[in-house]
Amino acid sequence: MERDPKIVAFLCNWCSYAGADLAGVGRMQYPTNVRVVRVPCSGRINPLFIINALRNGVDGILTSG
Amino acid sequence: MSTTKPDKIGAVLVVGAGIAGIQASLDLADSGYYVYLVDKSPAIGGTMPMLDKTFPTNDCSMCILSPKLVECGRHLNVETLNCAELLDLDGEPGNFKATIKKNARLVDPDKCTGCGSCAEECPVKVDDEFDQKLGKRKAIYKLYAQAYPNAYAIDKSRCLKVKKPKACGKCLEVCQANAINHDMQDETIEVEVGSVILSPGFEKFDASKLDYYGYGKVPNVLTSLEFERILSASGPFGGHLQRPSDGKEPKKVAWLQCVGSRNCREDHGYCSSVCCMYAIKEAVIAMEHCEYPLDTSIFYMDMRTYGKDFEKYYEKAKNEQGVNFVRSRIFDVKPKQDDSGDLIIRYAAEDGNVKTEEFDMVVLSVGLEPPKEFTEMAGKLGLELNNFNFCEPEQLTGVGTSRPGVYVAGAFSGPRDIPETVMQASAAAANSGAILADARGTRTKEKQFPPEKDVAGEVIRTGVFICHCGINIGSVVNVPGVVEYAKTLPGVAYADEKLYACSQDTSAQITEAIKEYNLNRVVVASCSPRTHEPMFQETLREAGINPNLFEMANIRDQCSWVHMNEPEKATEKAKDLVKMAVSKAGLLEPIQGSELEMNHDVLVIGGGVSGMTNAINLAEQGYKVSLVEKEDKLGGTANRIRYGMRGEDVQAFVGDLVQQVSDNPSITVFTGAGIESAAGFVGNFTTQLTNGQEIQHGVTVIATGADEYKPSEYLYGQNDRVMTLLELEGAFDDGDAKVAEAKNFAFIQCVGSRDSKRPYCSRICCTKSIKLALKVKDKHPDANVYILYRDIRTYSFFEEMYREARNKGVIFIRYSEDNKPLVEPGDNTVKVTATDHVLGVPVVIEADVLGLAAAIVAPAESNSKLSQFYKVPLNQEGFFLEAHLKLRPVDFGTDGVFMAGLAHGPKNLEENISQAKAAAGRACTVLANETISVEGKCASVNKRLCAGCGACESVCPAQAISIDEEEKVAVVNEALCKGCGACASSCRPGALNVKGCTNEQIVAMINAL
Repeated sequence: MERDPKIVAFLCNWCSYAGADLAGVGRMQYPTNVRVVRVPCSGRINPLFIINALRNGVDGILTSG
Repeated sequence: MSTTKPDKIGAVLVVGAGIAGIQASLDLADSGYYVYLVDKSPAIGGTMPMLDKTFPTNDCSMCILSPKLVECGRHLNVETLNCAELLDLDGEPGNFKATIKKNARLVDPDKCTGCGSCAEECPVKVDDEFDQKLGKRKAIYKLYAQAYPNAYAIDKSRCLKVKKPKACGKCLEVCQANAINHDMQDETIEVEVGSVILSPGFEKFDASKLDYYGYGKVPNVLTSLEFERILSASGPFGGHLQRPSDGKEPKKVAWLQCVGSRNCREDHGYCSSVCCMYAIKEAVIAMEHCEYPLDTSIFYMDMRTYGKDFEKYYEKAKNEQGVNFVRSRIFDVKPKQDDSGDLIIRYAAEDGNVKTEEFDMVVLSVGLEPPKEFTEMAGKLGLELNNFNFCEPEQLTGVGTSRPGVYVAGAFSGPRDIPETVMQASAAAANSGAILADARGTRTKEKQFPPEKDVAGEVIRTGVFICHCGINIGSVVNVPGVVEYAKTLPGVAYADEKLYACSQDTSAQITEAIKEYNLNRVVVASCSPRTHEPMFQETLREAGINPNLFEMANIRDQCSWVHMNEPEKATEKAKDLVKMAVSKAGLLEPIQGSELEMNHDVLVIGGGVSGMTNAINLAEQGYKVSLVEKEDKLGGTANRIRYGMRGEDVQAFVGDLVQQVSDNPSITVFTGAGIESAAGFVGNFTTQLTNGQEIQHGVTVIATGADEYKPSEYLYGQNDRVMTLLELEGAFDDGDAKVAEAKNFAFIQCVGSRDSKRPYCSRICCTKSIKLALKVKDKHPDANVYILYRDIRTYSFFEEMYREARNKGVIFIRYSEDNKPLVEPGDNTVKVTATDHVLGVPVVIEADVLGLAAAIVAPAESNSKLSQFYKVPLNQEGFFLEAHLKLRPVDFGTDGVFMAGLAHGPKNLEENISQAKAAAGRACTVLANETISVEGKCASVNKRLCAGCGACESVCPAQAISIDEEEKVAVVNEALCKGCGACASSCRPGALNVKGCTNEQIVAMINAL
């Protein structure tokens, strides 16, 4: 079976989330298996979110800000 | 009949929507004035969106600009008129009539959703000017990806249907928003305004005029702006560094400075001020872009890194990042005689020898020129321009023009970088505000909303609206499938699909659905919340629902657009994103903003030129000011300055300022007083002065100035022939015998600047020394004047003085940091020995007078106290550190505190005045509010869980949280909280949360997966 990891990305609204939007505007294609959670600042990323996600079966976490 | 003048008009015209125009518009609109923002291009932004990164912070230009674009675009009191130009201006300050031509855009920006289907169909490819013609766009186009308005425009010169009405029309077929109209006509309108701000920006020098650089003929010779586009991720090569001619990755790149600057033959005898820094930045960023070692060299005459933190940037590039700096004069750039596309640069090195070197790419650091249309229009507008057709500000006004009521900001006033441009923009806003204060709030609009429905305790009834975005989402994601899926989610009472969720009729439909289905939460799945959330939230408010009961799922920018070839997986992802949004929506609660009382008085600390200028402007705008000065008289350092950089009579100017301050009933002056202590926050400060006076104020302005360095080198203090520049100027002006009888004058530059202890340039000393040298030469043409320098930094129009000095025989001798001049006592002289860089042998000057260009230093102790009192930071050199070096040059991260003048860093008088006005302009955006509005998306504390550990206090970047010593719990100051949530993430007991983004809400989103 093809490996299809589930990835959650926590992105800062002001930079990385904007970057993800820009990737869209530029029609840059990337795999579909990332789910973005928008946060007001990378400082908002509580370590508990990450633990929670991993416990829920998420395979990888991307934080960016 | 009374003869009162007609009422002033509380509106301002801003011409040119680059960063200057945007900043001026936002400041004015936030201060109670209506703004018409006119720009000739189809989108606002000017030059800044073209830049990849910005110096000296290396921030992404677009990332820092786009929040301002959105804010400006959405502001109720900024009316942007794109594709428009100013034709004429009649009237006087307070009452102008401006005639504006609106060129037909052929696309209605109110209807256009920016989906881009039209451009995909358009058959006409055109060179993209935004990408400096390195890429292509279509005849129907959006200026750049993040443009505001987010709407297309038709290039009339290239559209087939414009030429032949029966031809083409493919765009019409695909535009489902019916936004395109090829019959749209140009329109001329008249607007009434009280003042005008000109911020049309600059043009770049046409490098093809200088044959020897080969630009336009030889491949791989580029302009710096072309290079910016190559570096940009949204540029023609997606940020991949390659040669446009053959796609080869360059291994060795050269930058050639002063192309079209410091060039009298081209009538460009001025320095373009920004090129040294942008070249270093481009070199550094280019190296970052490459996975291989990139060889970079900058060929220059003088390295002019004179701005705040610039010198450190230069030193780092040179010493750590490996950029080569070659002091030289370029002869020519020629292609190598093979088919490699490589180039050969021939140049004179510093020792005079002619050398050649090969590169595979050459970047020309092109200079700045004034905008041509204003050269032609100046007469009509009644504007006087300088020799080079720049609208140089009237002396010691910062932003004034020859026409009263018309102000200038940005590069049109002279070549300058972004922070100075932003300062001038805020200063021009302050000047406009000062003449229109009576009319504040008379032209502004305010939106009225119905009362909010109380949804507390109601069963969750979520409405979900899924957008097709024309075909942008619908052609990839199975929208009806997602709608059916949404209907199955818990709490969803209604789900529907929309062709364009953002169109006006859909907004009405959403309002209807909220009422009909009694919805109390709304989810829209469409594009990015960054651009559209405020608009949908307004729809909720119109329907009587709290705007925070809203959530978006981004299924376009982050789904359909990036998974175009995987429709099934994209649909699955869209379903997940909708489910996450619905899960969060179920936990959303109404958030109420609150209003805190606000004191509208201002405390200005420092009674120098900056402090006085600031106080006068704020008083003119109608605010009460307390002006505190530590010395017994007002004037600060300017009391010691005799001649301004442009020959102004500084003493008369300072005298006039002092008189204005004393005569103004709104200004209370406290001299001989310092700050004892201070407490509070924006709108509610209390400051104790050392004289026992207590002052209540809503805004604080720090304009405490700086000191002249007292040199410990070069016999200063041991020999009375050795003086600092200010001392020498005073002695010269007073006719001191030592100076009056002197035959040989020497100046040493960079005394206490640009060394390891003070790694910054003091900015004004080169110009000041040259100014004094010219004074000496005027009075004693036979006197010998020697200036010992490291780089001559006569930026902008000061370059003319440098040239004049050379023409008049002032001798310039360069020394290097590791071989400083030797100063010894002589026989009634001081003996100065320096090694000439051309001859390579020591030169001995028997100087009768030695002027030391002493550094400008921050008063460390007093600055550090103020820093603690008002919770504002200092930089390593002890100057106050602004909220953002580029875009917030007079603000602090702490709300309600601003700065101006030398407290911020070395600057000349004109620049200090501009900054002082800017601080007033920025302060007015706060003072114009009746109360302090707290948005409500703040941190909140659950006292029962709080252990009072203080972790939150230590991480809060806004200084908004503190531990209540009695209750031992954290307390949030909502007036300061920015809602970043760093506190909530570091709170171990989980006592802290952020309204609108709670731990529970985010966990619910994660659990939805």
